[in-house]
Amino acid sequence: MATEAEPRTGPAGRAAIAQRHLRLDRWWLAPAATVVGLLAFVVYATWRAFANADYYAAPYVSPFYSPCLAESCADMRDGPNWPLFGDWWGLSPALIFLALPLGFRLTCYYYRKAYYRSFWASPPACAVAEPHKAYSGETRFPLILNNSHRYFFYAAAVVALILTYDTVLTFRDSDYAWGHMGLGTLLFTVNIALVWAYTLSCHSCRHIMGGKLKSFSKHPIRYRAWTLVSRLNGHHMGLAWASLASLALSDLYVYLLATDAFTDPRLF
Amino acid sequence: MTDTSTSYDAHLRVWRGDAGSGGLEDFTVQVNEGEVILDVIHRLQATEAPDLAVRWNCKAGKCGSCGAEIDGRPRLMCMTRMSLFAQDATITITPLRTFPVVRDLVTDVGFNYTKAREIPAFVPPEGVAPGEYRMRQEDVERSQEFRKCIECFLCQDVCHVVRDHEENKQAFAGPRFLMRMAELDMHPLDDAEAQGLDRRRAVTEDHGLGYCNITKCCTEVCPESIKITDNALIPMKERAADRSYDPLVWLGNKIRRRRE
Repeated sequence: MATEAEPRTGPAGRAAIAQRHLRLDRWWLAPAATVVGLLAFVVYATWRAFANADYYAAPYVSPFYSPCLAESCADMRDGPNWPLFGDWWGLSPALIFLALPLGFRLTCYYYRKAYYRSFWASPPACAVAEPHKAYSGETRFPLILNNSHRYFFYAAAVVALILTYDTVLTFRDSDYAWGHMGLGTLLFTVNIALVWAYTLSCHSCRHIMGGKLKSFSKHPIRYRAWTLVSRLNGHHMGLAWASLASLALSDLYVYLLATDAFTDPRLF
Repeated sequence: MTDTSTSYDAHLRVWRGDAGSGGLEDFTVQVNEGEVILDVIHRLQATEAPDLAVRWNCKAGKCGSCGAEIDGRPRLMCMTRMSLFAQDATITITPLRTFPVVRDLVTDVGFNYTKAREIPAFVPPEGVAPGEYRMRQEDVERSQEFRKCIECFLCQDVCHVVRDHEENKQAFAGPRFLMRMAELDMHPLDDAEAQGLDRRRAVTEDHGLGYCNITKCCTEVCPESIKITDNALIPMKERAADRSYDPLVWLGNKIRRRRE
């Protein structure tokens, strides 16, 4: 029997263990992968949102630029052109409304877990000590604002409706004739399915559908809705990543078409 | 009779000491096929370290007594199979870090009992005697999940709010007791509100729900696979948002107060 005694005491009578953690597995892998994934999206989305160019290639409009609320928007026939902000808005029109889907994801319960763990190391992984001296969680400004998630949910649902409209418009060809499909139509259809699945699987949606009830048996329809949303909610993390990737891919697809780097293969 | 044909010697590092001092000690202990960590700890007690303190009871993952940290992860010793680890690995076993150590692997989990007493109990509905309660299956199922809790306190141990910040123990009830609040608030027969007890407000103001940043470690370590975060803590955060963070409710209250 070998001994490695440390004549120390832990805080408040706890066992004296000097190491920040004793985990031997690769606990750092998940937060590291999250940092890489989210940073990649942030860098790409920032570039595209500020670019103010190459966001429309008939009949496709980038989801980053829809709805387009400034006078300076490209003319998108029957598309989401609603110049509510008039001609005084000089910046990229994507910057007007992106705060809503961004706010929805920033306050999302899954993304909160992801960035608290990976960016703020609070904690970096279970049973791995965090580096901060004090912790007040979501009791104070600014993190208390994360409680506004449900209001962003309402806004995100409206944005998802607009993106659904954009997806319907993709069943046209580049001359705006209806009844056609291209590879982009498929991509946009998958994207909107994922965006809706992510939006509806949200914990706030689950609460609104029936989670807030005290008695399910008195509200059978809402109980049914809650059951369905709960089933989707079990895949919330996967849907968060899949919809993030599909949004970026849809935008990239429009960018490639708009810059003539690629031609949309027409199915019919 | 134990079949020793597949036995091997395992290397253990066990924390030994008390609140005054302590450290990791190395041992080599025989392991037989199918054994769990608790079996090996018992063999260690029977051979090299008869004074090793360890708390245990049912050996079936139901009493919640034998919680410890194995290679840094909170687990029940009786439910952790030795086959999880490579035979040549050194397995480190330490007491639960969040609670004061009594001796060796035994900690004082009194903090949890203090918190349990602070949770307002179920309020029976007026005019319904015990034995006359009737609930539909869908209502029972919801809180049934929370009733699976064996009170091993691994979730309390792993929660960084108190694990890394001793000073938060005063304000924060911990996942197990926030889940208890959720269970009561979701109980269709709980009449607390009629008696003037607003659980949705109390969970934030008195039990520190706001400290939880939903990083899901409580769910990860739960030996009963209770979805503590998704089914209890987040729903309570949403219920608290109904009360405290809804701007329309806030505005309504402001106007009403002014009128009064």
